[in-house]
Amino acid sequence: MTAPAPVHRPEVGETPEGDRPWVTVVWDDPVNLMSYVTWVFQKLFGYSHDEAEKLMLTVHHEGKAVVASGARERMEYDAARLHAYGLWATVDRA
Amino acid sequence: MGTFHREGSYCVATFTADETRVLRKIATEVVVLLSDGFNRGDPAIGRLFPDIYPDRPAESAEFRRYTERELKTGKIDQAGAVLAALPADGGGEVRLDDEAAQAWLRALNDARLALAVRLEITTATDLSRELVEAARDPQSARAFQLSVYAYLGHLQESLLDALLTEPGAE
Repeated sequence: MTAPAPVHRPEVGETPEGDRPWVTVVWDDPVNLMSYVTWVFQKLFGYSHDEAEKLMLTVHHEGKAVVASGARERMEYDAARLHAYGLWATVDRA
Repeated sequence: MGTFHREGSYCVATFTADETRVLRKIATEVVVLLSDGFNRGDPAIGRLFPDIYPDRPAESAEFRRYTERELKTGKIDQAGAVLAALPADGGGEVRLDDEAAQAWLRALNDARLALAVRLEITTATDLSRELVEAARDPQSARAFQLSVYAYLGHLQESLLDALLTEPGAE
């Protein structure tokens, strides 16, 4: 797998793209069971049960939560893993 | 109604012939949705393969080009794990090791996601009330699909409980 060629041309004064972290965001949906989402967070990100449950509740109450942050390729990889488990994940700039 | 429980290294449930038939039908529909019936414009596919960059369609498409095939294969395989473990004929016992249990969890989740799109389930949906209302018309296809949707949720929850039960603690 390779990353798409950059199409963004940084403007003067903007932080270079490479220095800005990216985030993986999980969105609330009406289907996924709370217990299942907690389990997926534990399994994919190594969170403790309490940490994963807290994150799940943030998704549930706030409508979304950042579950990981870092380099863009890593965030895309995390989002794809979440899609494999049926979670609704997107990637964005931090 | 089939409910999973832990038996040593396995998650075990016993299904009636009717339950087996419904599970086979649901898993087969997921396989068709992901193979011959694959249609990017189908909202169920949109939910199973979300845009990774909602505001940047070109970048989402680029990402999809690299990842969709593997994601699709994984989802077909996990629906296949359900079909492979079901009793061949009539009802019977299903016995899953932890790996198969995890494939079932993901497959049941995919099936519920696709069904929820068809049933237009939203965060505002009161499933219990919908079930009661839909049941007033026993011929209603929606009543049947809602009950299948609720059943799959029950099954998924019991399977996760069984998977998380330490062997020996059952």
